[in-house]
Amino acid sequence: MVAAAGIPMYDVPFLTVGGGIGSFVTLDYLRIYGVPTEQMKVVSNIDHPWQTYEFLTRCSQIPRSERIRSDSSSRPDNIWGFPSYALEEAWKDKNPVYLWQLFTEPILNDYWTPRAGTVFENLEREAKRIRYWDMLVKGQVRMVRKRNGGGYFTVVTPPEGAAPTKRIVFRSRFVHIAVGYPGLKFLPDLQEFRTKYSDYQHVVNAYEPHEQVYEFLKTRPGTVVIRGGGIVASRVLQRLFDDREKYGLKTQIIHIFRTFVTGSHGPHIWARRKGGDGWAYQGFNYPKSVWGGQLKAEMRKLEGAERAAKYKEMGGTNTPKRRRWQEQMRAGRAGGYYHAVQGTVDRVEPTPDGRLVSYVRSNDGIVREPVADYIIDCTGLEADIAEHRVFADLLQHGGAYRNPVGRLEVERHFEVKGTASGDGALYASGSATLGGYFPGVDTFLGLQIAAQEIADDLARRGFVRKMGPLRSTAQWFKWAFNSPV
Amino acid sequence: MVPTLIGRIQTRLFLLATVGVVMTLLVMPLVPGTGAPLGDRYVTGLLVLVAVGALGIGWELLYHFLMQFRWEKDWPTSFGLLTLVPEGLLLYFLLRSGAVDFIDPISPATFWTHFTVVWVSMWLVANGPMRVPFIRWRFRGGRIL
Repeated sequence: MVAAAGIPMYDVPFLTVGGGIGSFVTLDYLRIYGVPTEQMKVVSNIDHPWQTYEFLTRCSQIPRSERIRSDSSSRPDNIWGFPSYALEEAWKDKNPVYLWQLFTEPILNDYWTPRAGTVFENLEREAKRIRYWDMLVKGQVRMVRKRNGGGYFTVVTPPEGAAPTKRIVFRSRFVHIAVGYPGLKFLPDLQEFRTKYSDYQHVVNAYEPHEQVYEFLKTRPGTVVIRGGGIVASRVLQRLFDDREKYGLKTQIIHIFRTFVTGSHGPHIWARRKGGDGWAYQGFNYPKSVWGGQLKAEMRKLEGAERAAKYKEMGGTNTPKRRRWQEQMRAGRAGGYYHAVQGTVDRVEPTPDGRLVSYVRSNDGIVREPVADYIIDCTGLEADIAEHRVFADLLQHGGAYRNPVGRLEVERHFEVKGTASGDGALYASGSATLGGYFPGVDTFLGLQIAAQEIADDLARRGFVRKMGPLRSTAQWFKWAFNSPV
Repeated sequence: MVPTLIGRIQTRLFLLATVGVVMTLLVMPLVPGTGAPLGDRYVTGLLVLVAVGALGIGWELLYHFLMQFRWEKDWPTSFGLLTLVPEGLLLYFLLRSGAVDFIDPISPATFWTHFTVVWVSMWLVANGPMRVPFIRWRFRGGRIL
């Protein structure tokens, strides 16, 4: 039928959709396991795997020179996580202090985390080494459908002029979907304001470019409202405090927490997280043991409501308790320019002089009406998975269904449940699979854990040989010497 | 690696049997405080490893219990090194008191040199090189099997 419609069709045994870090680490694993580039393709609308990640980190105030929130041994360019980023940076910067920090984290020091630039440079090196660009096909994936004879068809719209037809089709036995976050979602009151007053300049999301806020504040004293209590709020605050210090600004900051954490919190003594001044504190975006310890082992056994309850217990917005941030906030409170309040916002309206008034209701019934020049939404709300056309189609026509927290239900080996087709399999990793047997999906290490599960499942199906200690060691040396896999 | 209970025990026993044995073979000819023949020193060293393994199962139960008070259920890198102090002291006093009578009397210098070299080597291997041959180890809480 496809051929009859005149649409060109290409055969490739393994196809990954997305082309971000999720696709990259999966291809990296499979290349190291021994799959040649000819047997795999990646369809993507971006040119290099870290492109979207770098865009989002830069917007949320982490340029290449700043440090991300990620463990030293979570290296998407190195499946072994050895040597860790800390060893590499200590070697390159000739700075043994990093190793001392690594040794004393998180007790005497903050967690050591890598520079964004270190991550991107190493990704580029590894992408070249595994010949990533030989596998890249530019295009927008429209849908992935089961094929009668087993396997899948993936329908792609190539960039204009790149192909003779508007659509091309890939026929493959295995498909992997790693398309990242389906989209950003604004807080409802902020969305309403933006739509009603067509103002996209003064109410901004921290994940979209919003340099105009910081530029405005350099020209005259202003007030900014921050919404949200996560890592992005911390980052944006740091930028505001840094600028205040660097340029002698008079910026006033009002920080609205929907959930204001005042101290340690949790149901019992074995499940209590630290907190204070509004924030819940945690080194990384999940408790450390989700990537290999106790929580990972526990979650792997849970189904349905029990699994959802476990997610709830360890969930909640949080940020690391970094010493520098604590100092800046302390100074802000003492100096009367940083005000943190609990509240939910009923609505936002413009004032006659072009500023923004928020109607904030606290749990104790007090209503505040702070006026600000800018509002920065740092909540990082994610859109529903069905906002992404590929997932919407899979849920509607592909047999996929939702997990206990509303995202895509996957097996322990990341095969999307309900989508098997003959001897083929459809896998997914990343944010869309949050709520499954493995919790830390939308993290560097989580993507690698998923990639390993997928590679081992493909080995069970005979697509590639499972990698044992000897090949692993040999391949590690190839990585170390930057020689081809 | 963030351990589970079974992973802790397996990793300890595995590292003792590999890194521990190799380091014992390397270090025993050089340890101070003993004039015993090399063969006897090796026997003593290997028996100390056995004792570290056997007592270690008890220690790991204790560490696992203490870890439950940590929100992250993790075991920071430094803990893995610093636990050499209580473990070394307990074993040393047990040896001195004659409670572990299958090991011949041992001088403090011999014991602490051997014990520290073995412990630090195991800690270094567990914090990096172990991941090179065993790519699934760190995702399974330290389980080898």
